[in-house]
Amino acid sequence: MSANCDELEVSVWRGDRLSGHFEVFHVPAQDSQTILDVVSWIQQNLDATLSYRYACRVGMCGSCAMMVNGVPRWTCRTHVKKVMNGNKLEVAPLRNLPVIKDLATDMDPFFDKWIAAEGLHHPTKTRDEPIETINPDSTMRAEANAGIECINCSVCYSACDTVAGNVDYLGPAALQRAWTLFNDAKDSGQNAILEAVSGAGGCHNCHSQGSCTVFCPNELNPMKAIAELKKATTKSFFKKRV
Amino acid sequence: MLGVRLYMLQRLTALIMAPLTLGHIAVMIYAVQGGLSTAEILSRTQGSIWWLLFYGSFVVAVSLHAAIGLRVIVHETLGLKRPALNILTLVVSLLLLFMGARAVLAVTLT
Amino acid sequence: MIRKHRAHPLWFAYALHRLSGLALALFLPAHFYILSKALTQPESLDNFLTLTESPMVKLAEFGLVFLLAVHFLGGFRLMAMEWLPWSDRQKTFAAVAVAGAFLVSGLFFLRVV
Repeated sequence: MSANCDELEVSVWRGDRLSGHFEVFHVPAQDSQTILDVVSWIQQNLDATLSYRYACRVGMCGSCAMMVNGVPRWTCRTHVKKVMNGNKLEVAPLRNLPVIKDLATDMDPFFDKWIAAEGLHHPTKTRDEPIETINPDSTMRAEANAGIECINCSVCYSACDTVAGNVDYLGPAALQRAWTLFNDAKDSGQNAILEAVSGAGGCHNCHSQGSCTVFCPNELNPMKAIAELKKATTKSFFKKRV
Repeated sequence: MLGVRLYMLQRLTALIMAPLTLGHIAVMIYAVQGGLSTAEILSRTQGSIWWLLFYGSFVVAVSLHAAIGLRVIVHETLGLKRPALNILTLVVSLLLLFMGARAVLAVTLT
Repeated sequence: MIRKHRAHPLWFAYALHRLSGLALALFLPAHFYILSKALTQPESLDNFLTLTESPMVKLAEFGLVFLLAVHFLGGFRLMAMEWLPWSDRQKTFAAVAVAGAFLVSGLFFLRVV
């Protein structure tokens, strides 16, 4: 096969937890082609053993994130034309997570940290009580809404160098979820959340590099959420002592 | 490897150092013109309780601030973990405190 | 090594803050050691201070003042970001911190040359 403008030269990471290498595939270029289209085409036409993960294909489920030309992206909504380097592409598994095989990473550490950050529902009422009325204009609701569209894709987690250097660090996604729930009138976990984000791997480890916010595909701002957690924990730190 | 207490110590020492750093930079800019000499430095600082307090508090704050900063860097780049990390933080802060106190006393005592 | 996910202004601001902090922390023991000779061995401190006449040392001093100023102003930005109401202008503030550090260290440099 000769390389021309109608053909992409795609380097795809092949390997497992222990070792791996890039394998080059030639893929026909098409209009409106996404990175996920390219990966799927390779798996369907060139090598059926290529492992990768996806589900919804429309940017809602957060399963298809990969490293594309060195940066983390949601592959189903990333157009080849926007990220192509000449006619070359490099697709690798997400950074900062163990590789299972090829492009599929083990997301367990990522989700374990959501739980560790108290990123889970703490109910305020039982099923027998009437549903609480939420005022959409309240300041706290605005804060909660700002982070509610997180799809758990782990792009921010992969972009973060603090996660890379500090295995205990909860990471931007988990901390943003903690801040979202902290502001949720239907959540009663405020104290548990502040406690959870104040430990050795908590929000205070963030160095505000801002890669989370730069790369978030939904244009959320985890860096701000973490700064707000630092503010809230600082307030509670002094409140406890007076 | 920063819990809320070390974080707070890091930020509070930074706040203490903010005016001190401004003062230090101002003194540097003022003092360097025409070159430096031991006699010139000592004539400014020797026997002054104010310079003792100024640089004394600076040394205390910077010993803690730098030790916590180095702790984070060593953990993130070299992977050192607790308890060795705690020992390193303590040793660095005590070393800086000792050396800094010696320097401050040397220029303020008569 | 500037990998692609790092090539944005706030990451550079972080790198500058970390490197300046590290350099200042490593410089401190030397700074303290030299000054501690003021009382006991003033002649050796004076010998050292004559070194400051050399252009290379003046340039190094300019570098040190820049590091101190940029760490101070960068740290100020971080604390404002963490403790004051949020602002979306972090990139601007980071640039202002670097510019301010050049201003301060430039002023120092003009005084020593």
